[in-house]
Amino acid sequence: MTSAETGKLALGAVCVLAAASAPFFSDGYWLSIATTAMMYIALSTSWALFSGPTHLIALSTGAFFGIGGYLVGSGMSDYDQGFWTMALIAPLVATVLALLIGLATLRLKGVYFVIFTLGLSEMIRNLVSWVQNNFLGSRGLYVLTDFTEAHIYWMLLTVAAVVFFSGWWVNRSRLGFALRIIGNDEEVARHVGINTAWSKVILFMTTGFFAALVGAIVAPRYSYIEPNVVFSPQLSFLVVIMALLGGVHRLWGPLLGVIPFTLIWEAITISFPASTTLFLGLTFLLIVYLIPNGFVGAFETVTGRIRK
Amino acid sequence: MDILISGLLLGGTYALMAMGLNLQYGVARIMNLANGEMLVLGGLAAFWLFTTAAVSPLLTAFVVAPLAFAGNWLIYRYLLLPLVRRAKSTGQLEVDSILATFGMSFALVGIMVSIHGEYFTYSYLADPFSILGSTVALNRFIAFLAAAAIGFALYYWLNHTYAGTAVRAVSVSTEAAGLVGINVDKVSAMAFALGGAVTAVGGTLISTFITLDASVGVIFTMKALIIMIMGGVGDIRGAVIAALILGLVETAVATIIDPGLTLASAYVIFLAVLLFRPQGLFGRRSS
Amino acid sequence: MTLEIKRRSLVMGAGAAVGLSMLLTTTALAAEPIKIGVVSHLTGPLAGGEAVTHTPNIELWAKQVNDRGGLKVDGGQRPVEIITYDDKTDPAEHIKAVQRLATQDKVDFMLSPYGTGFNIAAAPIYAKYEYPLIAVSAITDKIPELSKRFPNMFFTLGTTTGFVEGVRDTLVKMRDDGTIGNKIAMVNVADAFGIELADKARPILSEAGFEIVYDKSYPLGTPDISPVVKGAKAAEPDAFVAWSYPPDTFALTEQAIIEGLDVRAFYTAVATCFPAYADKFGSKIEGNLGAGGVNPDTPAMQEYRKAHKEVTGKEADYWASATYYASLQILEQAIENVGTIDRAATVDYIKNNSFDTVIGTVSFDDNNNSERYWSVGQWRDGVFRAVADTGMGDSVPAVAKEGWN
Repeated sequence: MTSAETGKLALGAVCVLAAASAPFFSDGYWLSIATTAMMYIALSTSWALFSGPTHLIALSTGAFFGIGGYLVGSGMSDYDQGFWTMALIAPLVATVLALLIGLATLRLKGVYFVIFTLGLSEMIRNLVSWVQNNFLGSRGLYVLTDFTEAHIYWMLLTVAAVVFFSGWWVNRSRLGFALRIIGNDEEVARHVGINTAWSKVILFMTTGFFAALVGAIVAPRYSYIEPNVVFSPQLSFLVVIMALLGGVHRLWGPLLGVIPFTLIWEAITISFPASTTLFLGLTFLLIVYLIPNGFVGAFETVTGRIRK
Repeated sequence: MDILISGLLLGGTYALMAMGLNLQYGVARIMNLANGEMLVLGGLAAFWLFTTAAVSPLLTAFVVAPLAFAGNWLIYRYLLLPLVRRAKSTGQLEVDSILATFGMSFALVGIMVSIHGEYFTYSYLADPFSILGSTVALNRFIAFLAAAAIGFALYYWLNHTYAGTAVRAVSVSTEAAGLVGINVDKVSAMAFALGGAVTAVGGTLISTFITLDASVGVIFTMKALIIMIMGGVGDIRGAVIAALILGLVETAVATIIDPGLTLASAYVIFLAVLLFRPQGLFGRRSS
Repeated sequence: MTLEIKRRSLVMGAGAAVGLSMLLTTTALAAEPIKIGVVSHLTGPLAGGEAVTHTPNIELWAKQVNDRGGLKVDGGQRPVEIITYDDKTDPAEHIKAVQRLATQDKVDFMLSPYGTGFNIAAAPIYAKYEYPLIAVSAITDKIPELSKRFPNMFFTLGTTTGFVEGVRDTLVKMRDDGTIGNKIAMVNVADAFGIELADKARPILSEAGFEIVYDKSYPLGTPDISPVVKGAKAAEPDAFVAWSYPPDTFALTEQAIIEGLDVRAFYTAVATCFPAYADKFGSKIEGNLGAGGVNPDTPAMQEYRKAHKEVTGKEADYWASATYYASLQILEQAIENVGTIDRAATVDYIKNNSFDTVIGTVSFDDNNNSERYWSVGQWRDGVFRAVADTGMGDSVPAVAKEGWN
């Protein structure tokens, strides 16, 4: 490990510790913003682990997130399982599923892959609802725990930290190197003897694992799971959009998307309570036109100027 | 027989949802996430004119078409063309158009909510109509006829007119089309506007038998994307055939197996098609 | 709404400043308004329901309270100011917005959100800051557990089991009258509440001696419901029961008319009580059964419906509208009787007293539950009348549906 890398790790650890102390300083309002932001940081960053290097835009976050929330709800409510058991099972189920999906979709390219993953969350929601309706029955998916907002925040922070660490680790491993080559030119990658299929599938599984884990952790925050809320296409889009706004070529890119995004969102909600959606839409458009390369692009341009 | 007829009618509905998007993405290369909102806007026009002035939705469709054409032309010309010009690669354009049209979808939802926040529900031609011994809803049947008419008109126009040939040329390759003297920007704008008009008219017709509301657009966007991809990007036949297949499969599954599995079965078919033909039924192998 | 109220207090403030009529202006007009927060779904999947059942009632109530000078507190009168945020039907946004109301806007009271999930998701925050939460659009069998967790949370619209039992009682009565036989076709939307209701209904209807001859679910957002209706019709049922959501309630009814599904008891769940349902189908839905219902004959109810129409320009729905308005009346009476802005005292007052409201006298039991609600209604001459209830005692017997004319 080089000293630069040790420095990065140390900096990361300081950031995590600083973030972990947030609940002691902030009131409920800022904590609720931070919790929502942390959820998106974990989701967007883990999304970018796969989609950044492969250039494949996956709209499957909602599917895995939904599995996490749904399994926790169903397990706790209908089978009297504990939260921790279900929070452990859910990401494993999602990982296996991601494996199967990954293998099935290897041949798909570009927009075909995008739309396939979009349909996925609807398919899973439909299948899960059908199974529950016909075979399992339901007393309503209640997730009643004693977790406070701070507990959920810390759990999400832990997940986000692990995501960052895995990203950092993958980047410096053979897998990361392989992925960068795949991203640049898959043909070349194959010729130099990289198993492109497995590299992609493994990363896709990672994304699925983390999304389901986040879904499971957020379930107690929602308290009552409605399938059409947790298997949300909107969530899949938002995660992608925040990551793209930030920039997916740096590990910390999505972070730079999520934080301004959450704050702008909040500012608009406060300023235009009666037409939040309209003004959010207009703001999106402004961002696309004014910040063409995402916040990372803007950030790097600015720092580049300063260095000069 | 019931399955065949109901399935075809449902397929017609799906075709109305997807044909417009196929033009917009296939030719103008805009992944339009506001497609569903454009459809709902057409439905809102029908609802609003019907409940306030008792205007028949069929008449409204003729008002909606030119308005939607003009509106979408303006959107392309002033909001999307700058992105097309700026983009250095198709990937960049894809990302930019996803972000921009997602913003537009929010803006449109916001506007529609301020016009009518409740369900757009009214009753028009909800009468039984007997065809080959099977009872169907008259409004669905009319939507099917309209879908067929629009589909044939588009097909004829694309394949048998000069302007249509230019559109197809742009859909194959913008560079090559530019080299042979086609004004790519103009053709793309027209295709985008036409696609928007088709979608909005589809929404006007669909609103006679599906209860819409301002926020429901994303459901239609998803369905349209799936149909377009299943059929193959940039081929109007693909969209229509994929729509019919989905309609038939969903109806068959609902009738024979279990209505609870209809939507799931649609996705299974979609997956199966993509597994065997990763470029969709009629798609060209991407370069 | 907010804007309008703000503008009014501004004008009044200016008037006072000029000093034209300090004597004529009551203290209420100059007084600082009582801030009341609500997080609503202006967009998203639940927006359509919220816009019918909640929003107009808040507008009506705020106007009525301010027209009579405001709420009587601190020995004077203070107007109410409603602060609304849009959560886009997203629980994460909802939680954030409730927090914002509590800690940034520091509202004095909060109104309940639309939807079971949102009421429960927001409950911890209401509990933390001691806001009373008089839930309306939240139907659950978990009331004892929830009220133990959140002692400030009250329930007014009944339980899942209560709803299914209402349908059972209605059908049993119709069977005893010889109106229907005992074959039921049952369908449900395969989503949270639909699945829960169907799951409850299977044993309850079977125990009552009914035979369920068709039992299928359909996915949320099904674009063509006709196979379901065709299947139900083929099973030749005497009664049709659908645990449905708003868009499919409309679609099922329309298809039943087209297919000529001629049963003498036709039940669809949520949104059957909407005035838009009657507007859409006209006289064809005479005799249709659905979730909810009210007693339209009491003077209080008639006066409420008239005011609703006058102020908001639309008819109130025939179910949770009135109950939601009643929840506002309960809050109002509790605040005025406590006499100061003291949320903990207001919660205590709600627990221990009874309230005179548009749906009759409401009081809460040890589980903070009001065991008085209508559960099944029937369209009769353009009015959706309650035909089954729990604890109300004023519903009328259901009659047979005589075709789709």
